[in-house]
Parts: sequence; C-alpha cells; structure tokens
Amino acid sequence: MLGKLRRLNQDVSKTALEESERLPSEERRRFLRSGLFTAGGAMVGGALAGIAPKALAATQYPPEIPPWTRSLGAGVVTDPYGVPSPFEKDVIRRNVPWLTADKVSSISFTPLQHLKGIITPNGLFFERHHAGRPEIDPQQHRLMIHGLVDRPIILSMEDLQRFPSVSQINFIECPANGGMEWRGAQLNSLQFLHGMVSCAEWTGVRLSTLLQEVGIKPEGKWLLAEGADGAAMTRSIPLEKALDDVIVAYAQNGEALRREQGYPIRLVVPGWEGNTHVKWLRRLEVGDKPWMQREETSKYTDLMPDGTAHGFTWVMEAKSVITSPCPEMPLKNKGICQIEGLAWSGRGKVKAVDVSVDGGQSWQQAQLREPVMSKSLTRFSLEWKWDGNPALLQSRVIDETGYVQPTLAQLKQARGTNSIYHKNAIQTWKVNADGSVVNVQLS
Amino acid sequence: MFSFHKKPRLFASTCCGVILASIPILGAAEQAGHYGYGEPATEEQIAAWDIDVRPDGKGLPEGSGTVDEGMAVYETYCSSCHGAFGEGMGRYPKLAGGEGSLTEDRPEKTVGSYWPYASTLWDYIHRAMPFFAPQSLTDDQVYALTAYVLNLNYIVDGDFVANKETLPQVQMPNHDGFIWEDPRPVVNNERCMEDCKEEVTVSDSAAGKNLTPSTTGPLDEGITE
Ligand code: HEC
Repeated sequence: MLGKLRRLNQDVSKTALEESERLPSEERRRFLRSGLFTAGGAMVGGALAGIAPKALAATQYPPEIPPWTRSLGAGVVTDPYGVPSPFEKDVIRRNVPWLTADKVSSISFTPLQHLKGIITPNGLFFERHHAGRPEIDPQQHRLMIHGLVDRPIILSMEDLQRFPSVSQINFIECPANGGMEWRGAQLNSLQFLHGMVSCAEWTGVRLSTLLQEVGIKPEGKWLLAEGADGAAMTRSIPLEKALDDVIVAYAQNGEALRREQGYPIRLVVPGWEGNTHVKWLRRLEVGDKPWMQREETSKYTDLMPDGTAHGFTWVMEAKSVITSPCPEMPLKNKGICQIEGLAWSGRGKVKAVDVSVDGGQSWQQAQLREPVMSKSLTRFSLEWKWDGNPALLQSRVIDETGYVQPTLAQLKQARGTNSIYHKNAIQTWKVNADGSVVNVQLS
Repeated sequence: MFSFHKKPRLFASTCCGVILASIPILGAAEQAGHYGYGEPATEEQIAAWDIDVRPDGKGLPEGSGTVDEGMAVYETYCSSCHGAFGEGMGRYPKLAGGEGSLTEDRPEKTVGSYWPYASTLWDYIHRAMPFFAPQSLTDDQVYALTAYVLNLNYIVDGDFVANKETLPQVQMPNHDGFIWEDPRPVVNNERCMEDCKEEVTVSDSAAGKNLTPSTTGPLDEGITE
C-alpha cells in the first residue's frame, strides 16, 4: 500500500519534471518553484526528509494544481467492497471501557457528530450485545413460529424472502441512551452521551403477514421473540403491536443486515426500546400471557423514587439533540453558523423543534429538513449569529401527539435519578468564548 | 411495451377477473397457509427450541435440584464472576443482597431485592449462563442453581428442593414492586417561547472530569475508571 503510494507520487513528480522540460525557461523556473512539483516530491521526500506536512497541504490550494489532478487514481475494484477515505479514520464507533465488565456484553456508540442527513451508515450503527456478536451461517439459520397458532412452521432465510417485502425507515434507540447522566454531567461528548440511537431503512416481511400465515388462535395475546445468540435474548411483545408495524428485517440500507445488527434476521419494532428489536431472530412464539423474562424484569424496568418500578415501558418518548456545535464540533468562527441537530419520537412524527441559545429563557422554531417520517430520525437546523459570547444551546422537540420534550429538572422531579432508562431530557451545550462546547446541566 | 398491445382484450379480461376474485381474500386477513412456504414444525423440533419458562411454571421441565447440590455447581461454574455469596466480582452483576435498598440513594437491584418472579431465574440461568458456555447445564443443575441463588437471598430454606411444582409457589420479596402498565407521558413540558424563566444556573459541567474517552484517533482504551 505504502509502496504503491510512493510509486504514484514518484510518477507524479517525474511527469511534472518531464513536463517542465517542455516549458520556456522562465515558466520552467516558476513551475519548479510551484506546488505541484514540491508536492509530488515532498510526499515522498516529506516523510523521509521531515518536511512539515502543513507546508505540504498549503501548497495544494489555488493557484496550485494538486498532484491528484495530474495523475491517475486507483482503478475500479481496488476496493471491491468500498470503504471510507483514509482521511475519515476518526469516524468510527467507540466504546467507554469503564462502563462494562467486558466487550462481549457491552455497547458502542454511533459518531453522531460526523453524520449527515438521517441515515446511519451500516458500519457506524451503534452496537449492543449481551453475549457477543454471533457468526451465523444463513443456510443453517431457521425461524420457528409456534405456540397458539394453527400451523407452526419453520422458515429458511430463502423462504422468508419469498414473502411480500416492505421497506421502512426507523430509528432504533437503546433506552439507556444518556443513562449515565441522571446524577450529573459526566461525559463531554455527543457520541458517548447520545450515540445509542441510529436510523436505517429496514427491509423485510411484515410480522402480520407471517402471523396470518400461521394463523393465530383466539387466545393468542402476546408474542415472545427470541435470538439465536449466546444470550438467547428474549422479549414479550403484545400482539397488538406485533400486528401493527413490526417487521422481520433481513436488509438494512439496501444490503443484508450487518452481523452486529442481527444477520441474517432481526425484529424491527418501530419506536420501541432497542432491546425489543431482537437480533439474530430464531423463534417467535404466540402465547396468552407475557413471559416475564430477565430483560423485562431485572432489566428494562424503571425504578422510581418510592421504590416501585415501571415495567413494559416500551415507547421511546420524543427526544432531540443539537449535533453541531457539540463538544466534538466546537465553533471555529464568530458570525453566522448553522445550528443543526436530530429529533425523533417513538409515538410518530416530529411536529416541530425549537432551539434556545440562552439556556431556555427564549426559544425560536427551527426548520425541519425533509423527509419527516414517523418513528424516524428527523434533521433540524437554525441559522444563528454567534457574537463570540458564551451561550447555552438547547433543542426541544414537539411530536405529533403534542408531547413536548421535558427539561432534565422536570424529568428528575417525576422519575428521580435511579431509573437508568428513558432519559429523553433536553440537552444543554455551553458554548465558551473560545468556541469550545461543554456538556452542562442546569438546575 | 408495444408488443403487449397486440392482445389487449384477452389481457384485460384475464387481469380483471383475477383482481376481482382476489380482492376479498387479500383485503381481509389472509388464510393461514396462504403462501405455504417453509416446513411444518414437528413437536420434537418445537420441544427442543421452546425453552421459555413463565411465572405460572409453564415451560418448566421434569427434574429437580437442592440447595446443597446448587452450591457445588455454583462454585464450579459461577462464583468466579458472581462471587462466592453472589456479591459480584468486579463489574459482574451481584446476585444477592440489596434488600430494602430500592428507595436508597444507591439501590442494589438483585434477584433478592428486585426480581418479581422465581421462574425468571430458572429461565435465565438455563438460557444464558454460565456466561462463557450458555445452554450447557443439565435441567437438574439449573434447578439446583436456582435453589441455591434463592437461598443466598434468604428466600428459601436450606432444605428447599426446586422442581416444576415448587418453583411457581416461591413468593419473591419484590413481587408487588412493579407496575406493569406504562404511566407515561408523566411529564408534559409547556411550549413556552418567550420569558420562559427568570434566571439560568449551570449546576454541573462535564468539563475537567476526565471520564470521556477520546473521540479522535484509534479506540481509546486508556480511561478505565
Ligand atoms: C464469565 C463470567 C460469568 C460467569 C462464570 C457466570 N456469569 Fe452470570 N452473568 C455474567 C454477566 C456478564 C451477566 C450479565 C449479562 C448481560 O449483560 O446480559 C450475568 C448475569 C447473570 C444473572 C442475571 C443478573 C441480573 O441481575 O440480571 C444471573 C442470575 C446469573 N448471571 C447467574 C449465573 C449463574 C447461576 C452462573 C453459573 C452457572 C453464572 N451466572 C456464571 C457473567 C458470568
């Protein structure tokens, strides 16, 4: 790789030299002084002779003509499966090592600060595994549907793809997203504070199609979904939701699901806790009562200050966050900037987003960017003139049910600080005079 | 396109006949077996994969296990992560303790202090533990471990024998601690636009806390706590 790069650069400088031979002497001198030659030579020589990279980069601007314009690039299928430019190497999922005992039952976070639009690239979709990511051979994988049904069946992945397919764009959010911050501001990063939400176009079969195919018995009221991973992850889902908008997905943004997202199949339960979107799905059972599994009793229940806990709190309530500026994306200049962010609601569409630059004393309505879809991420923006003074930035979403995103103080008042899950409070970013951005909480 | 125009009549009549006939079927719920894909699941296949257990005991297999038997299995397969008395090693979860802590500043949610159903313990140990070798224990071992973990939490006596009759009878201390209906939305903020509050006070800041891994460069393994 490095050898190839060197050769390419040597070629560039050789071509440049040859070309300069043909120029009149005055022009030739100018050409030799110019960036093209220096750049070509410096890329090789720079690494060897220690020429400052800054000088190198500067030489590529107009009026200089950069080496990549005066040479040939890599051929097709250099990367048979395309990968991002090496200049994007910081844009990766990241984890917080002190959060979990090991990486097998752990979390990684989507770099929301770098993403555009509303779709999360497949390689950047956040991960949450309870027993690691299994390696499943789709030829060997089966989905069993049984319980209170007329025709219990076993489907191969090929069988599944013969059913009519649907595609829908939905976010998935872990209900513990932001859960480290109930007691105070800890993490200074958009990625680690809010990166357990991602959004993709999911393609698969409607669960209602599959359940009609097996025939639900009249006593059937609940569905148990189970994964084929080492956690054999399970959640109970009421049939009403299962028959509404749930799909058994085999594709994500046009290609087969990624292994981290449940390859070859997962459940997508629009607007509900990420944990219900069971990955590596192997079994669906219809029953007359919920199963009270570990993931709906010990976990994913919300402890209130009086010691009682709320269970079956499936819906992800409306939430929004400013993604630019943020701790990772400070303000570099005074003057006009675009405040941008993401908003979503598990109850439907985003109706409006308001932005405050004074810690919630006054608000302005932001613009929603199309498309605005139900149970999907929605992007908003607001033009703002930053005068260089400190500011407190907030966003507040209103969803189609009229629900207004709460402040952290309101949420703590209602839930205390020990519920872990469902922290959908307004996020405050403090912009300092030097443009740096810090995660703060208001009283 | 053009070639189809050659036999429009025939095409139209066939097409509409089919559509009319199929609307009632497609519009209402399709009949079970409409597509006929896949294979029927046999009883044997279902029994092998259907591992879930419900609070009423549905799903519990034959077999049994005592607290003493459980202690031996636990020491071999579980104590390295969960501690000899279920106190939890490192960041691995505690399995015992925390009684009466749910209203405290730092609640400890364990099988004894929090779990509403004993069936969940059998179900979970059987499907997911030991962590490095899930679904490797025999049903008797799982019964024994369930008895032992319940005994560690003072929920059953030392002579308790766990089986499909006794387990559903076990009353968990926090059984009534749950509300199984979502009360939300419990907070409804007002959409105020002007003069929404008098003053704004920053109560806490993440600056300088040094808990945040780097978000540039390679993965940051540095910050461990
Ligand atoms: C290698 C370490 C390890 C070993 C050995 C181990 N466990 Fe676990 N155990 C874990 C981890 C990690 C979790 C949490 C898994 C997750 O994140 O979903 C867990 C969770 C549990 C829980 C649920 C705790 C809760 O409050 O939700 C129970 C019960 C449990 N283990 C029982 C056992 C038993 C019984 C054994 C022995 C057969 C065992 N474990 C062996 C690591 C271990």
